[in-house]
Amino acid sequence: MSNNIHLKQGLNLPISGAADQKTKKVLVPDVVALKPSDFRGLVPRLLVKEGDAVLAGSPVFADKMSQNILFTSPVSGVVSEVVRGEKRKLLEIRIKSDRKQEYVDFGVKKVDEMSAAEIKAALLESGLWPCLLQRPYGIVANPELKPKAIFTTAFTTAPLAPEVDFVVKDEFANIQTAINALSKLTDGGVHVSFSTDNACSSVLSRLENIIPHVFEASKHPAGNLGIQIHHISPIRKGETVWTVTMPMLAAIGKLFNKGRYDVMRKVAVTGPMAINPCFIETLPGLRMNEIQEFYGNVADEIRFVSGDCLSGRNIGPEGALSFMDNQITLLHEGREYEGFGWAKPFRFNQFSSNHTYFHWLLGWLCPDKKYDMDTNLHGGERAFVVSDVYGKVLPMHLFPVYLAKACLAGDIDKMEKYGIYEVLEEDFALCEYVCPSKIDIQAIISDGIDLMLKEMA
Amino acid sequence: MNARNIVDKIKPAFEKGGKLGWLHSTFDAFETFMFVPNTVTKKGSHVRDCVDIKRVMIIMVLALVPAFLFGVWNTGYQHNLAFGCGWNFWGQVGYGLLKVIPLYLVTYIVGLAIEFASAQIRGHEVNEGYLVTGFILPLIVPVDVPLWMLAVATAFAVIFGKEVFGGTGMNIWNPALLARAFLFFSYPSKMSGDNVWVGGVENFMNNGKCWFAGNGLDGFSGATPLANPDGYSVLDLILGTTPGAVGETCVIAIALGAILLLFTGVASWKIMVSSILGGLFVGGLAQAFGATAVPCWQHLVMGGFLFGSVFMATDPVTAAQTECGKWIYGFLVGALAITVRLFNPGYAEGMMLAILLMNTFAPLIDHYVIEASIKKQSKKARIA
Repeated sequence: MSNNIHLKQGLNLPISGAADQKTKKVLVPDVVALKPSDFRGLVPRLLVKEGDAVLAGSPVFADKMSQNILFTSPVSGVVSEVVRGEKRKLLEIRIKSDRKQEYVDFGVKKVDEMSAAEIKAALLESGLWPCLLQRPYGIVANPELKPKAIFTTAFTTAPLAPEVDFVVKDEFANIQTAINALSKLTDGGVHVSFSTDNACSSVLSRLENIIPHVFEASKHPAGNLGIQIHHISPIRKGETVWTVTMPMLAAIGKLFNKGRYDVMRKVAVTGPMAINPCFIETLPGLRMNEIQEFYGNVADEIRFVSGDCLSGRNIGPEGALSFMDNQITLLHEGREYEGFGWAKPFRFNQFSSNHTYFHWLLGWLCPDKKYDMDTNLHGGERAFVVSDVYGKVLPMHLFPVYLAKACLAGDIDKMEKYGIYEVLEEDFALCEYVCPSKIDIQAIISDGIDLMLKEMA
Repeated sequence: MNARNIVDKIKPAFEKGGKLGWLHSTFDAFETFMFVPNTVTKKGSHVRDCVDIKRVMIIMVLALVPAFLFGVWNTGYQHNLAFGCGWNFWGQVGYGLLKVIPLYLVTYIVGLAIEFASAQIRGHEVNEGYLVTGFILPLIVPVDVPLWMLAVATAFAVIFGKEVFGGTGMNIWNPALLARAFLFFSYPSKMSGDNVWVGGVENFMNNGKCWFAGNGLDGFSGATPLANPDGYSVLDLILGTTPGAVGETCVIAIALGAILLLFTGVASWKIMVSSILGGLFVGGLAQAFGATAVPCWQHLVMGGFLFGSVFMATDPVTAAQTECGKWIYGFLVGALAITVRLFNPGYAEGMMLAILLMNTFAPLIDHYVIEASIKKQSKKARIA
């Protein structure tokens, strides 16, 4: 194909603990935890109190700013605990499952006969609206806007991320329904990105009513929607686009085809500390103490990450799987000293993409070698010194150091100029990984986006 | 008891509030020198590459080692040649060490003392950048430079070239070159002329004596290749057996360093290549128009051109940061260096000033490169 988008920058981390492509079991969590903090900038308004009975699909909290955006319970059961933090900030709503999974009946609907307003109303009512993220800034989509286009991806590149084709392999009809529905919400169509590996073989390539794009890129972060949108149709000032993930499209399809809020999904339990890493079928809000079989009795030494090891969230042993995520990464907390580590000619047990170590030569000799990466910082934080490391892992026409400096300075004009509208933290995760100065660039970008949200509101 | 246990035992005294709390940064510098710290990631990416600035800097120092070793020997060799001492190889190396090691002691003691003190005052970690600066500086000065001058220049460069801007990574000019420029403008008689480049010559001329005077100066001409381009064969220039600053003469040693830097990706090949192209371009023009008889390629192997291109123009902090900017920056460094050489008979070595000048303009180059790129992108978006 001549219109393929070719990206050569990037890096695939050779981290151990990839999930076997088999589903170990279906796990309806005993307790699910809903976290308003899964959504950027959301101010929640609680709609339930402890002791209330809910069904799968019953509203639990709403967005205070636009109260028609509802967030609903993934299980049927009883609200067991409302956890609040400082200044009574709402942290978690815990719902004890009754194991019966009774659903609110939203009614089977024919998408083809529905108007855009009806589709929006159905998504809002069911609690599936928050699957739609709006860019710039990665916030929950504003239902009053009409986006330039809607984007989704049929391939992922994040470390150990589950293959899209595997996690949605039985969901083709649902995804088609969802795409038909969403394409009524925009004039720009639903864009689906494929990699050259799955452009022909994937069942998703038979989807209709989509605008397909093929990326000739096998390295992370080509699978990030931010990178893809940047190359398909960059976001300019004043424009908005929406993004959605494939598993969430399947859930949207189920809403219309079956009339229920069913966010059951295949979740990959991955990472060097995962025992027999594989998939489980479960719900968002699954708490880590329910998957103890994957890590045994060493919770103190483990970092629990909802998402991938580069841009996922550290949720801790008591934490819960985030709303959007379909991956859990278990990493060893690297609280060990290493004598003269930086001075050793070779460090075979650790990985570096930097040519000052020789893993790049090793990569030719044994390309399948995987490393048990841990959370050690491997150095101390310094100022920006080396200048061309970020560009090698960021396939965007951007100047990451300049954008980061603009964010640090809080200079809105410059942030705008250097492309803050097009990026999310996750796009810089690899920059952060390779940075010899150990600069937390994701946090810097995140603060920049928060500032934009505040100033532009 | 292993080293780690000892460190753990004395560590509490250096923590904030401990007896030696005011030495916290110094302790930290030595601790992290010996042990990669046990800190784990707090924000963002949970796993990190095992490269750090220490690693980058140590590669830089390693790349300078061939030039250093050759410089030690050449110092002895030149002295032996000038004074006819009749030394063998080890005699020459011995004299070289005697002359060069004090330079290193001075730059490292003065420079690191200031670095540690300023890190201490600000409560920062000690930056590794000075390890490289301190290693380069003795290589770009005449071997006979008085040690107190070197100390003053080092202090000036570290304080006003780096620390006032906020330390390594924030500086505008290459600190080692700044020190050299300070010496050059403050004490020109010790930094130029025919007599300063060979150990002991000036002292002998002024006082009639020096260490290891041998047979005295018989028909000595200490002119460097820059002052007397016809005085040395091409082979001499490439081998580096000529008078000059300690580490700048040997093309082979510098090339070895360059290979390491390029192989490890520590220095930008774009800057090296474009600087050489810039030098060739101006040298070639001058030759074509008859402004000079020196062939353009010969400029590359004379004086500090190659040393500057490989080790100093490529300093990632002070060079241009954008990829396209690096081409422009490097080209102008090379072009300006040769321009100064050709058209300023009073001062034949233009590399230092060319790099310092381009350090100054590097942010401007980057600014225009970025503007142009953004304009191009938005034009593309409008068409799409």
